[in-house]
Amino acid sequence: MPDRATPSIGDLAAEVRSKNAGPFWVTMELFMRDAAGYRIVADPAFLNETVVADLYRVAADDVRMFRIPSLNVVKISFPRPVPQGSLHDRDMHAGQHHVPLALLPVPEGTS
Amino acid sequence: MSNQPLEAVRVLAPTGMLGAGFSEATVERGLALGADVISVDGGSTDSGPYYLGSATAKTTAAAVARDLRILLTAAARADIPLVVGSCGTAGTDAGVDWVAGIVADLQAEENLSLPVARIYSEQDPAELKEHLRAGRVHPLAPSGQLGAEVIESCQHIVGMMGHEPIVEALAAGARVVLCGRATDTAVAAAYPLMRGMPAGPSWHAAKIVECGGQCTTNPVAGGVLATVDTTGFTIEPLAPEAACTPISVAAHMLYETVDPYLMREPAGTIDVRDATYVALDDRRVRVEGSRFHPADQHTIKLEGARAAGYETMSFSAIRDPGILAELDAWAEFLRAMIIERVRQTLGLGSDEYAFDLRLYGHNAVLGELEPGGPPPREVGVMLLVNASTQTTATAVAKVANPLMLHLPTPGLPYLPSFAFATSPAEVERGPAYEFVLNHVVDSDPTAMFRTEHGDHAHA
Repeated sequence: MPDRATPSIGDLAAEVRSKNAGPFWVTMELFMRDAAGYRIVADPAFLNETVVADLYRVAADDVRMFRIPSLNVVKISFPRPVPQGSLHDRDMHAGQHHVPLALLPVPEGTS
Repeated sequence: MSNQPLEAVRVLAPTGMLGAGFSEATVERGLALGADVISVDGGSTDSGPYYLGSATAKTTAAAVARDLRILLTAAARADIPLVVGSCGTAGTDAGVDWVAGIVADLQAEENLSLPVARIYSEQDPAELKEHLRAGRVHPLAPSGQLGAEVIESCQHIVGMMGHEPIVEALAAGARVVLCGRATDTAVAAAYPLMRGMPAGPSWHAAKIVECGGQCTTNPVAGGVLATVDTTGFTIEPLAPEAACTPISVAAHMLYETVDPYLMREPAGTIDVRDATYVALDDRRVRVEGSRFHPADQHTIKLEGARAAGYETMSFSAIRDPGILAELDAWAEFLRAMIIERVRQTLGLGSDEYAFDLRLYGHNAVLGELEPGGPPPREVGVMLLVNASTQTTATAVAKVANPLMLHLPTPGLPYLPSFAFATSPAEVERGPAYEFVLNHVVDSDPTAMFRTEHGDHAHA
């Protein structure tokens, strides 16, 4: 569990969400509350393809990230690790898979 | 109806999905604002492969009829066309016929005689294999090259139409167009394109309205109206209590898309990298700078679902804190015992069936990705079995039943009894399906679709 003293990405966001992007991809958005929060999550030294790949156990080469300063949004897409609707798919719309990302603690001293 | 170019085309999008419901007053508001067309999406792959595999709808007929009654009478009163995309959830031929039957009943009840066109999008496997042999089928990431055997294995395959077959049907006089599988955007872009609006704003507006009120600050209040003109589009909510803001509109480009800037359609690519979003007032947003790059090769995306065995589900629950304290060990023991007892009783090896054990309240949703948290108060134990026949799947679940009732944790000196949710505990879920196609076909824009006029479903 993250240390309570360290805020998570979700603490600094207005909304963190995930959803299918067609049957074969999942996509997530971090809607940060302000430019300060955006700067933290948009910093590739903190959040990058490898961090996402480790969190979701996918290949880093398959992770696509988009940093959108005009909306204070970082968007992340990667191929769905479990086929949609298969026996082992526990999240049909991939609508709850944002949680590990939202719980990720931001680096100390940045918030 | 004149086919001369207009100065602007107003697209009324009442809801993100036909059958999801909307207030009748919001549609009246759209008509009062001068709507030129009503467009509504009737489907999606988002709820899984079952609907394409079984060619049945996710929505219930009464909910679709309720929405269509309002939309048909509104379209008739205002003398504007109604376009329905991806009929019957998956856009199969059966889905189109199902919606056409509902429309026929409603037209009779409401004394309407709107000309109807049905555009079918199911694909003949033999023709697809011909496309494959000719090198006209290409994979989309992350899929690989398609094999002919995959095409043969599908229960149903649909192609996603662009705007062209819809425009053809409207030009031929249809006032109600019932589409098989169509891109969400084509359903809303067709009429502005037909009436001469530029492609960039037409397609971008169509993407923004495809989920109805999702691009507003109050998505449950109702749909939106997009006014497309020669330099851009203006979007406003139909419900007076909702608002469109530059953020709410721009953010919708992110929704369910892999790439927030570029989106491929059959005819080309929507490009919103240079789009600007400006508030006209506290409810309306003006969007300009959207572009559309026509593709060198028109492509039709395929969706296919094939049978993947049969499923039986069983559901029990645990409240005893002593068991919950050792839940992972208990679940491991249960998995091992199910495999052992199935081998003893049914003579099946673990490669002859499959099961998923889900601990709801503990880690069912995220599995090994679960970051952890405080101990749960109670846990639901779902067993989902997949086998090649329904009989086998249910037999495995029944063998597991006494274990899901009484299995102790290792070392517990008595037999606990857990809380089954129902009797019988086993629920036969019928056939399961899987999506197998993620490919496009190089094709003429209309060649893979068949249009019939009249609201009576074909035999």
